[in-house]
Amino acid sequence: MEHLISLFVRSIFVDNMIFAFFLGMCSYLAVSKTVKTSMGLGVAVTFVLLVTVPVDYLLQTKVLGPDCLVEGVDLSYLAFILFIAVIAGIVQLVEMIVEKFAPALYAQLGIFLPLIAVNCAIMGASLFMQQRIEMDPATSSQAIANVWDAIAYALGSGIGWLLAIVGLAAIREKMAYTDVPRPLQGLGITFITVGLMAMAFMCFSGLNI
Amino acid sequence: MSLFSAENKEAFVSPLNLNNPVAVQVLGICSALAVTSQLEPAIVMGLSVTVITAFANVIIALLRKTIPNRIRIIIQLVVVAALVTIVSMVLKAFAYDVSVQLSVYVGLIITNCILMGRLEAFAMQNGPWESFLDGIGNGLGYAFVLVVVGTIRELLGSGSLLGFRIIPEAAYECGYMNNGMMTMPAMALILVGCFIWAHRAINKEDK
Repeated sequence: MEHLISLFVRSIFVDNMIFAFFLGMCSYLAVSKTVKTSMGLGVAVTFVLLVTVPVDYLLQTKVLGPDCLVEGVDLSYLAFILFIAVIAGIVQLVEMIVEKFAPALYAQLGIFLPLIAVNCAIMGASLFMQQRIEMDPATSSQAIANVWDAIAYALGSGIGWLLAIVGLAAIREKMAYTDVPRPLQGLGITFITVGLMAMAFMCFSGLNI
Repeated sequence: MSLFSAENKEAFVSPLNLNNPVAVQVLGICSALAVTSQLEPAIVMGLSVTVITAFANVIIALLRKTIPNRIRIIIQLVVVAALVTIVSMVLKAFAYDVSVQLSVYVGLIITNCILMGRLEAFAMQNGPWESFLDGIGNGLGYAFVLVVVGTIRELLGSGSLLGFRIIPEAAYECGYMNNGMMTMPAMALILVGCFIWAHRAINKEDK
């Protein structure tokens, strides 16, 4: 239980998807113009992470790992193709479910929902999860030893991403009123803002839980 | 139609500067930021993306008339994922240290927006040879940004380039210090921001 909580908190603040690993940067920069849409995208990303990472964890440990499917065969070189197929499939599924049961949210998210399939945050979380399986849970608070850890990691990463995008959107809404040099406007200043936010988040790196 | 007509030259040259995928189109930022703390991984990453973009473009351009429109994204993803798997294995075999440094970012080339962007916008409408040039051009445009940012970060952050010491020992004795901030993730964002600023200021008259 302790390990679960520490993994969860670490993945929100210390191993933040945006500020520590730059994952999901494209949609992060493109969608963070207003707080409302960025909130919707953040929730959708969190949800997709929450579904794909445990599924990929089970695939990795039950199907792809050494000696899992066939004795003496290590299929982990297929991980890239299989993970991306799972992600694309689940995003499609989520899209259909949201369309059926929450048409209002579906209309709000629009094109961003299918685009989650190529959001690097999702693929990145699966690949980090794959690396962390080999760590020892006794010594490292980043280790992912069972499917609950995978769920905690996915939820934490998703919430960290949500926090980052809503924060940036709020800053950008205010920044619309400031006088920025012309060539720096738009993208340039956004990058520098994110850099300063990342610097602020760096102070969490000493956090020991 | 000649192999190096004006149009083909345009497809190759424009992404290098005026239409740079990172600075102008803002694609493929994730990996551009993450791998640039040193020059060597930045170069390897740039070359890998160039190779993958070029060949994915060729394959999709060859298949473009047979791909059903509804499932084209999945087909593109599978082609890219297969190429990335090959590149990742080659890196592990011939440049193991760099591949450890790049860690998950090699796998993340699959979700690099430059690839999907070029496949959708160019390879689906053009022939294999034009697509090949377009892929090489975009890959090199991406690599160019990586090399610039990687050079600045490694030179100021650890005083070396490609692992060779550039700033002389005497400078350290006079009180010069490496800027540890440069090796942190935050500075990558700020440097890319400044790069975009400079790029836009220089190319202002074209807009």
